[in-house]
Amino acid sequence: MSMIKTDKLIYEYAKLDDEGNVIGTNRAIDAVDLEVEPGQFVAILGHNGSGKSTLAKQLNAILTPTEGTVWVAGRNTKEPENIWDVRQSAGMVFQNPDNQIIGTVVEEDVGFGPENLGVPTDEIWTRVEESLKKVGMIEYRHHSPNKLSGGQKQRVAIAGVIAMRPQCIVLDEPTAMLDPNGRKEVLRTVEELRKKEKVTVILITHYMEEVVGADRVIVMDKGSIVMEGSPKRIFSRVEELKKYRLDVPQATLLAYELQKKGVKLPDGILSTEELVEALCQLN
Amino acid sequence: MSIKLENINYVYSEGTAYRKQALKDVSIEIPHGQFVGIIGHTGSGKSTLIQHLNGLIKATDGVYYFNGENVYADGYNMKSLRNQVGLVFQYPEHQLFEIDVLSDVCFGPKNQGLSKEECEKRAREALEAVGFPGKFYSQSPFDLSGGQKRRVAIAGVLAMRPKVLVLDEPTAGLDPAGRDEILDQIAKLHKESGMTVILVSHSMEDIAKYVDRIIVMNQGSKLFDGTPKEVFSHYKELENVGLAAPQVTYIMHALKERGFRVDTSVTTIDEAVEEIAKVL
Repeated sequence: MSMIKTDKLIYEYAKLDDEGNVIGTNRAIDAVDLEVEPGQFVAILGHNGSGKSTLAKQLNAILTPTEGTVWVAGRNTKEPENIWDVRQSAGMVFQNPDNQIIGTVVEEDVGFGPENLGVPTDEIWTRVEESLKKVGMIEYRHHSPNKLSGGQKQRVAIAGVIAMRPQCIVLDEPTAMLDPNGRKEVLRTVEELRKKEKVTVILITHYMEEVVGADRVIVMDKGSIVMEGSPKRIFSRVEELKKYRLDVPQATLLAYELQKKGVKLPDGILSTEELVEALCQLN
Repeated sequence: MSIKLENINYVYSEGTAYRKQALKDVSIEIPHGQFVGIIGHTGSGKSTLIQHLNGLIKATDGVYYFNGENVYADGYNMKSLRNQVGLVFQYPEHQLFEIDVLSDVCFGPKNQGLSKEECEKRAREALEAVGFPGKFYSQSPFDLSGGQKRRVAIAGVLAMRPKVLVLDEPTAGLDPAGRDEILDQIAKLHKESGMTVILVSHSMEDIAKYVDRIIVMNQGSKLFDGTPKEVFSHYKELENVGLAAPQVTYIMHALKERGFRVDTSVTTIDEAVEEIAKVL
């Protein structure tokens, strides 16, 4: 069974006038067919307003389809009785850690999710401890979240999600507000969850370097999927990406600029190591 | 409009259990017209530092000279300082509030006591300078895309015609094209108007591409201060304080290790292309 499957998913936001009357609709997602297998790491790219975040919100039933269907772990998100199961299966992490943390002590914040699921108290504490260990924040369990750095807060937010034991985590620009170290911390944590816990990961980001390790990259534009493939294949289409207001990692851009100057490099170079290796081959 | 900070110290919540020294003995001189980048990890003191520049917070200890005048002297005109140093906060679009774009941008100059005509003239100029399309001037700012909202918010500060423009992470959350457009426009503005621009950013690639000088903050103190080449040559120390060099700099170091005779002080793609082409 697919972890996530959407069939001709359409979502329209209502346009309201000053009095709150509906005066039209705005199609944010336009006939998206998406299938994500358990354990996959799928990255979603797209410019501001391309529909990425709206799609993410469909994956744990914050929003439900206007037309078409979304199944999370086989459950139709449109059925009201599925909502808790859907949200337990697909956990979300948002951009701003300060909007997601509600506890005054780290461990209480992490326990909030399982508590809402009705998990018995002893089991909650076991899960809190486990989750904080998995994100490398166990030594901060008695701290106030206010005093943590951005990267640490985001890791606490991730711990709060994995304490609910989801099969899938959807991260909507989790690193946009972080400094370079915070970004690395969060990505390393996500990578470990994927490898050790086999959690399905859906990552939305504007940082192209973060996408290099994905199994599959999806590019969205005007609510539709316009490109799809391995990072290697997607990032070898530099001009097309630019058309969609995107970019490529610096190593890829450098290789592309060198190719334009006549240097015979292979397409789809993604990392420093690959570029250095390819240049060594030339010499 | 030079800026000179002398031994600035700033302490939050003095006298309580939460006392925190955010700035320690920071001395910085910025001559008029420079394009300066400030980098540092979360909590390094960057935001505290820039809030000193337009007098939003006053140093616990130390002196700040703006254009040679002591800002902390009795009778110094703080209002004039705030008119001359424009501060664009993180996520400035959260501060938009007017019914249409043009009125929102007029708010600053209106508070400076200018006539309606003059306000509108300045607002139009500012919107033009950030590349905001004229056909949307009468739209509600809340109906715009993220990138357009950000432009309107920056224009709101520019309309006050500051001599010094300070931007705190102006591109956070924008897509790559939006990021490049806004930074290109700021660079153009800097070149054409000659104003001082101070850019706080977490993107080392952006900083390397645009600024003349980088100031690195760490735990409330100034760690490095120099050209991008000088500062990024300390990439190992930068990593120790939660930062990094641009990816191209790492590529050049890796090439050198493999025997290529390249200059490792490269910080931008254009320089790297030239440097690699030379040795192939």
